[in-house]
Amino acid sequence: MKSARFPYARHRHGTPSPTTPALECLNVTVRYPGADAPAVRNVSLTVPQGSRVALVGSNGAGKSTLLKAAASLLPLTSGTIRVHGSPAGGCCHRVAYLAQRGDLDWRFPMTVRRLVLTGRFVHLGWLAWPRKEDHAIVERVLDLLQIRNLAERRIGELSGGQQQRVLLARAMAQEADTLLLDEPMTAVDASTRQVVRDVLRSLAQAGKTIIAATHDTHEIEFEFDKVIHLTAGTADDLSSDRQPISAISESV
Amino acid sequence: MNWLLAPFHFAFMRAGFEAAVLVGITCGVLGCYVVLRRMAFLGDAISHTVLPGIVVAYLRGYNLFFGALISGLLTAMGIGWLSSREAVREDTAIGVLFTFMFAVGIVLISTARSFHDFSHMLFGDIVGVTSLDLLVMVLIAAVVLITLILFYKELELTSVDPTYSAVVGLRADWMRNLLLVLLALAVVTGIQAVGVILTSALLVTPAAAASLLTRHLGSMMVLSVMIAVVSGIIGLYASFYANVNSGAAIVITCTAFFAAAFAVHLARRPRAKSAESAINS
Repeated sequence: MKSARFPYARHRHGTPSPTTPALECLNVTVRYPGADAPAVRNVSLTVPQGSRVALVGSNGAGKSTLLKAAASLLPLTSGTIRVHGSPAGGCCHRVAYLAQRGDLDWRFPMTVRRLVLTGRFVHLGWLAWPRKEDHAIVERVLDLLQIRNLAERRIGELSGGQQQRVLLARAMAQEADTLLLDEPMTAVDASTRQVVRDVLRSLAQAGKTIIAATHDTHEIEFEFDKVIHLTAGTADDLSSDRQPISAISESV
Repeated sequence: MNWLLAPFHFAFMRAGFEAAVLVGITCGVLGCYVVLRRMAFLGDAISHTVLPGIVVAYLRGYNLFFGALISGLLTAMGIGWLSSREAVREDTAIGVLFTFMFAVGIVLISTARSFHDFSHMLFGDIVGVTSLDLLVMVLIAAVVLITLILFYKELELTSVDPTYSAVVGLRADWMRNLLLVLLALAVVTGIQAVGVILTSALLVTPAAAASLLTRHLGSMMVLSVMIAVVSGIIGLYASFYANVNSGAAIVITCTAFFAAAFAVHLARRPRAKSAESAINS
């Protein structure tokens, strides 16, 4: 895959190595402007490449904030975050972020196919138009998430579950190595749940790293290698690992 | 057919038709982003804030177009800067700035000899365009079109999903500032056609009508341009034969198209709903 001639952001790559953790947080604190208490307080955790990690906690526990900080959407108050060895935001094409559905203007006149194609834009950069291979990737992803029949539908006409599939399709079209998913299973129908679960499994098999924030612990132990519990902004290891991953560590 | 061709015997009417097409293209295509990104108030504000620029240009004997252009660009940048401070909400900043600028314009007008000299800027005078005006309109239309084509996918992505565009390193605020500059340019051409007070109608109404009828941004832009251009031409005929103000006639025609589009939209919806319930049952 050719890289963009005029990329949106200057890439600050660390040295790529399979042993470099996908996500490394060290004493991360994030405080929103004007807030009394930090949303995330002194969290340290390491997620090795190829693992599936769930961030679990109630509303306001700091799960989404931590994901947003990792996606470089929020500045850190203190601490450091490294994604694939680079500072957060330094290698944006390797990280896909699936926001909660409300972040998107669903009334915008756009078809499902076009929205999925926007996942390719980071590889194109300025002054470049989608190429044949980009369209081919989009078609493949549409099939994988079983939304080919929706391809020409306007995004405003989708149900909640369909919206979630489309957003996951875009994240996959980006062909990122690490997926940050904010509440991927919230308010979706059973069939979407199944499709999302299958896709996440196949992504993990392909060596991708998945970090998902969720408050839904239903069946979670079967889907993730590791569950990290966040309470009032601090991280705590809740689960015993199904497969022990010694490299994962958290501290409060 | 004679009545259709009769206006073309006059040079000022031919210039008016050319101006209507150029303004329709510029405002119609850019209006799509104004509508989709909920910038209608901003468009209205920029069109009002060019007034002091026009008056100063008139008093100093410069081309009014350039006076409008400079104050339009200054306002666009000022609003962008003020709202990025996050001290006040954007609509509040716009409200404060645009009424102030308009008031300054009125004060300046009151120092001039007569109000009448500015009536063509306040209410538009599309048949009064000079060849220099037409040249500026061509340049602005070209700049707007080329910019929208070159940055099509970035403008589209930052409009539909600014969060995701930030994740991939695409700055939504850059795209917004780019649109503000283009908006200032479009307003300058719109003023010649329908005047300071009605320019925002050219930016909003054709695009709003088009948005009710299409599902793609590209086709919305094409339809919006068509509505704006046809409204401009119909408005010109109305002013020629009924001797009414051309700017007002253009805006009323745009609104008629919007009403028709709204009716089509309403007529389609119950059918879509009943089809949906038939599938579900």
